[in-house]
Amino acid sequence: MVNVGVLALQGSVIEHVKILSGIEGVIPCEVRTVEELDKVSGLILPGGESTTIGKLLKDFEMAEPIKHRVKAGMPVWGTCAGMILMAKKIVDEDNTHLELMDITVRRNAYGSQLDSFSVSSNIPSVSDDSIPMVFIRAPWVECIGSDVEVLAELDGRIVAVKESNMLATSFHPELSANNAFHKYFVKMIENNR
Amino acid sequence: MTERYELNKNLAQMLKGGVIMDVTNAREAEIAQKAGAVAVMALERVPSDIRKQGGVARMSDPKMIKEIKSTVSIPVMAKARIGHLVEAQVLEALGIDYIDESEVLTPADDMYHIDKHSFKIPFVCGAKNLGEALRRIGEGAAMIRTKGEAGTGNVVEAVRHMRTIMADVRRLSTLPKEELMTAAKEMAAPYELVVKVAEDGKLPVVNFAAGGIATPADAALMMQLGSEGVFVGSGIFKSSNPEKMAKAIVKATTFYNNPEIIAEVSEDLGEAMRGLEISQISPENVLSSRGW
Repeated sequence: MVNVGVLALQGSVIEHVKILSGIEGVIPCEVRTVEELDKVSGLILPGGESTTIGKLLKDFEMAEPIKHRVKAGMPVWGTCAGMILMAKKIVDEDNTHLELMDITVRRNAYGSQLDSFSVSSNIPSVSDDSIPMVFIRAPWVECIGSDVEVLAELDGRIVAVKESNMLATSFHPELSANNAFHKYFVKMIENNR
Repeated sequence: MTERYELNKNLAQMLKGGVIMDVTNAREAEIAQKAGAVAVMALERVPSDIRKQGGVARMSDPKMIKEIKSTVSIPVMAKARIGHLVEAQVLEALGIDYIDESEVLTPADDMYHIDKHSFKIPFVCGAKNLGEALRRIGEGAAMIRTKGEAGTGNVVEAVRHMRTIMADVRRLSTLPKEELMTAAKEMAAPYELVVKVAEDGKLPVVNFAAGGIATPADAALMMQLGSEGVFVGSGIFKSSNPEKMAKAIVKATTFYNNPEIIAEVSEDLGEAMRGLEISQISPENVLSSRGW
């Protein structure tokens, strides 16, 4: 059995927990404190508001412990707001959060809620089947460092990336019934053990 | 269920565990965002001022809403009067993220709420009980909040509405299927939604608390009662130290089950907004009785 954490400060926590609980061999754990962080072998940074989660991470002194664990090899996956938290650079903003991944992201890149959308697409490295992708006021990746692998693009924009033990998606796999991305992340954790 | 409606419910899911704050200008919006709000509600007067000043309360000036929208990166919501479909059309044209069809403004229609299915933009609506929540969802609301009693700084009505909704949901989930049509008739709610709630044991959309939340402990109380997030209206910018109060309420909402943290953030906040005893409000000034 493997403990997979979901950062539970704000946002789509329960959605991730529900999908994880349907995957064999996985115990989903909500993570709010350093003690809870110590018990997990991988961590999901969920969707939500990146400014809110970023502020709570800092105020409750969770940012450094998470960075420390990820740098020591713990797999981490950010969805939407989670991707923004992981980025080393955010377009038009001085403020960054965990600065883990060598990517530059643009927040609300597609526009307001009226521009939110969903599509399905094939991401061969993740699944043989088409994967539903839900974009809610989503960011995209504008530049990547040399060690970053692009997993998915949509209309010429990068929307899923991987850099060693780190995974980030602009969209929300936790909002669909398809668990391919979650299984992919669990495999990353199992390979890391 | 259309794809657009799903996306609109999805945005509400992203707001869960967060605080949505009333702001009346760009400066307040910035304070709210810095404090950790998940969204701001742009309006000209906070409910306690609407209550004090009286008169007809309408949709805010589009110029002010646009200024707020250009100041913050978090979602922006604004209020339309109950039944005022043109105010809703205007707000949609402004490209904001959510409309609150709100009893805090003076209703424009005393019979009918807006047909929210005919809009692309999502709506949040107030409710006092499950029947009212399901009528609004039937009309297309993608998110529900308790009505509470806005502008009072008195949480008692929000507590009553949240407890009522939760009790109604619990009751439905115990009923055998043949009793659900009668339940739908009694609560004047769409049958299909009644069946769905009975099966799932929860509302089909995200449910926040609103109306009278004035302290970090109030916010945590609503979360412990089953709310998935909170709206704070007058409670922040009518307190003596809005910035500190805003931050404290955000933290208490996240750590609603941790009394040590709530104690810590509640310390030295200055004065909370001046509250109002519900029984002192004359019946025509009770906002939660607007709409049906």
